[in-house]
Amino acid sequence: MSPILEINNLYKNYGSTEILKDINVSIEPGDFLVLVGPSGCGKSTLLNCIAGLEPITSGSLKIGGQDMTHVSPKDRDIAMVFQSYALYPTMSVAKNITFGMKVRGVDQATQERKLAQVAQQLQIEPLLNRRPGQLSGGQRQRVAMGRALVRDPKLFLFDEPLSNLDAKLRVEMRTEIKALHHNLGASMVYVTHDQIEAMTLATKIVVMKGGVIQQIGSPSEIYNRPANLFVADFMGSPAMNLIPAKVRKNGAGTHIEITRKDGVPIVLTDTKTENLPEDVILGVRPEDIADPAVRIGGHAQEAECLIDMVEPAGADTFAVMQLGGKHVTARLHAETTARPGQLQKLAFDLGKVSYFAPDTGLRLN
Amino acid sequence: MTKWLEEHTPKLVLAPSFIAILVFVYGFIAWTAWVSLTRSRLLPRYEIEGFIQYERLFDSPRWDTALNNLFIFGLLFILIAMFLGLILAILLDQNIRTEGAIRTIYLYPMALSMIVTGTAWKWILNPGLGIEAMVRSWGFEDFTFDWLVNPEMAIYTVVLAAIWQSSGFVMALFLAGLRSVDGEIIKAAQVDGIPTWRVYTAIIIPSMAPIFLSAFIVLSHLAIKSFDLVIALTGGGPGYATDLPATYMYAMAFSRGDIGQAASSAMIMMMVVFAIVVPYLYSELRSKDG
Amino acid sequence: MADLSMTQGVRQSQASKIALRWLLYSLLVLFALFYLMPLFVMITTSLKSLDEIRTGDLIALPREVTFDAWSTAWSSACTGIQCEGVRPYFWNSVLIAIPAVAISTLLGAMNGYVVAQWRFRGANIIFSLMLFGCFIPFQVVLLPMARTLGIMGIAGTIPGLIFVHVIYGLGFTTLFFRNFYVSIPAELTKAAKVDGAGFFRIFWSIFLPLSLPIIVVTVIWQFTQIWNDFLFGVSFSQAGTQPVTVALNNIVNSTTGVKEYNVDMAAAIIAALPTLFVYVVAGKYFIRGLTAGSVKG
Ligand SMILES: Nc1ncnc2c1ncn2[C@@H]1O[C@H](COP(=O)(O)OP(=O)(O)O)[C@@H](O)[C@H]1O
Ligand SMILES: [Mg+2]
Repeated sequence: MSPILEINNLYKNYGSTEILKDINVSIEPGDFLVLVGPSGCGKSTLLNCIAGLEPITSGSLKIGGQDMTHVSPKDRDIAMVFQSYALYPTMSVAKNITFGMKVRGVDQATQERKLAQVAQQLQIEPLLNRRPGQLSGGQRQRVAMGRALVRDPKLFLFDEPLSNLDAKLRVEMRTEIKALHHNLGASMVYVTHDQIEAMTLATKIVVMKGGVIQQIGSPSEIYNRPANLFVADFMGSPAMNLIPAKVRKNGAGTHIEITRKDGVPIVLTDTKTENLPEDVILGVRPEDIADPAVRIGGHAQEAECLIDMVEPAGADTFAVMQLGGKHVTARLHAETTARPGQLQKLAFDLGKVSYFAPDTGLRLN
Repeated sequence: MTKWLEEHTPKLVLAPSFIAILVFVYGFIAWTAWVSLTRSRLLPRYEIEGFIQYERLFDSPRWDTALNNLFIFGLLFILIAMFLGLILAILLDQNIRTEGAIRTIYLYPMALSMIVTGTAWKWILNPGLGIEAMVRSWGFEDFTFDWLVNPEMAIYTVVLAAIWQSSGFVMALFLAGLRSVDGEIIKAAQVDGIPTWRVYTAIIIPSMAPIFLSAFIVLSHLAIKSFDLVIALTGGGPGYATDLPATYMYAMAFSRGDIGQAASSAMIMMMVVFAIVVPYLYSELRSKDG
Repeated sequence: MADLSMTQGVRQSQASKIALRWLLYSLLVLFALFYLMPLFVMITTSLKSLDEIRTGDLIALPREVTFDAWSTAWSSACTGIQCEGVRPYFWNSVLIAIPAVAISTLLGAMNGYVVAQWRFRGANIIFSLMLFGCFIPFQVVLLPMARTLGIMGIAGTIPGLIFVHVIYGLGFTTLFFRNFYVSIPAELTKAAKVDGAGFFRIFWSIFLPLSLPIIVVTVIWQFTQIWNDFLFGVSFSQAGTQPVTVALNNIVNSTTGVKEYNVDMAAAIIAALPTLFVYVVAGKYFIRGLTAGSVKG
């Protein structure tokens, strides 16, 4: 099957500033692609390029196997949901949803049938005669979704559709969008700056920074094998611990040595360390530094650490310490015995460890 | 073809207006500038002769009076209208119960034609039957108020009428400015026990600098274009006593048939306007782009 | 003791507060009288007979109300050699103002929509050039415009005046609409494009229905400007096509016969009525729209 969306060597300039550089992405039908990155990195610009709302400077773009590089938005068979929802303020909810069909000359009966279907699907039937100004944020969001759904397009585009909702509603809508994707089996491109949203929704994630793609992969690839320091730091909360360390060969294994401002260095051993330089940055997720009781066997190695701070967070407790000159977070049991200012035995699991080159920031293993 | 049309519709829609402005504003300014450098009299001539028209202009005592009047009129009109507008705005900002009605009263002159304003004040100020006659009939036989017919004073009647017409508008600008000042700053000052007048002088008024600028620009623009008011109130008289560059230009263009003088005086007016407005517009457009 | 002086102090400050309040209101009323006085004098004078004007007091109410001056002003006062009152000129102004307001508002709306929502390379420069056009003293275009109207064959005609007012109103109308439309998020246009709507469809279906407040502002502004215009009227009209402001000035300054101040005042009020009416009915919206823009800018 041909990819539903295929972007090759796309560049986008505004005047003389390059906003997007050499973007190559393709997704299969049914994929949920999430573009994630800090604000200003060019996510919306890329989405607008896909929609045809911004002309691209060079490169090509195919939707459903057809070249769409110079096709206008209305002929791309896409639907889009915007951050501000962009509902037509003077039209009723029903008119908002049917406007596209009306413009395209769809007959009245079909319009009404589709409207009823979408309204039922999103449970917005009671709102159909209201104006957008009379709706709450969550309701507007639903109407914006309805306007996209009614199109039944090849490709859905979402530009931070949840960022204007309060936290609780955001989580609810996230689940609904996921269910929607599952039920429709539709292809989606979804922009967000929220990495949790990216992890929960995506089948495929594109991490961007400064107009350049940093990594493309499934959520677990992105989470477990970040391609560089930026991705490692950006994805995951609390963020991955990035600790400067020294690599010393020692027979079959390798010693990974982490300095401490008080006392002797921590020395961990790892086996899969071919080709590592002497200086590395060690990337360890907080959950891979745990209470010894939790980690039995496996790769876990124990070390005593001086705890600086303890942050209970309900199900877990986070303990913060200083290693290699960095704040390092460990994810401990809620009932942990760790106390600030005291030594605590912690288990380090190097099974999913990442190594990065300090100079280039690229992944080494 | 349809694709091309679709892409260029916005430009095509803007084009007629833009071309009209290019021709009828910028083209015409160029024409006037050109003619101001020729010997044109009754009919325009197109051989450039240098600055003779400007020399004639600045040799003319009538133009001298007109420029002087513009200076007096502009200065007094702008300063007093701004001051009065600010005072009225501050007075109205004190939780006045009938604010709506009072604002309407202060503002309505703005809706009038300057010809109407001039006609009204001409009647009120005429010495024979106006204020002077009225006060005399009250028993003050020696009272004189003959500014309208006194060459020394006539220009001040123009100032008076212009202020009457425009100060309400300045008041509205300032009132909106006062209202747009962040309420929390004022509350913080009140909590600190700072007296009301200090809140105005130290916090509110300084934060309204952009409004002062807007008001200044609008008023100076009005002052330089003022033409109708002088025509209706004094007709430029007595003699040439209340001539302004605008009336001078008009007289040269349409009654004296001296196109060269009309063009050169119009150019001077435009330069004065641009000297004031261009830096303002430039900074406005700049800040909006950023 | 301490208590007593406290209450005294409070009482004193309360007294001075009331005094201050009185002062405040007297000042406001005084200024209100200043602004109202000319209108009052105009109305009373227009209702007096010429005899009463000569013998009476400027600010006295008419002893005997007569509408003679009004009917003279409307239908038989002399504007130079013709003596038809301001009536034909009043209708000239109507015939000039209505099309000129409508055309310049519509064009301004389209232009503002393009500049604010369909930015293209150079759109900002074009807008700046149009904006500068608002600020030129019109004296600088009088001479070439007089010749151009002649060449176009519409010198001294009502279409000629409509043309002039449309051209020189464009800058302001474009500015008003542009400032209104820039505050509308660009995503609205994008959503409509994805929905398949084109340039004109988006304008008619989405932007125009939103625009009532700014249409009110623009129409009031343009109507006031055009109705009250004198410079273009006096420069580009001839005997039969003069607007009411020019006619009024001619009545007031006509040197033939006795000076009829009551007729002058009645004519002035007639000339002022349409804009005063618009101001009283819709002025609230105008100030709201205008000041909102100017504070933001
Ligand atoms: N119309 C434009 N002209 C010039 N620069 C723009 C324009 N739109 C966006 N940009 C710039 O492009 C960059 C990317 O913007 P955007 O795609 O909106 O970022 P994101 O959606 O990732 O937050 C930003 O630095 C922004 O300033
Ligand atoms: Mg964005």
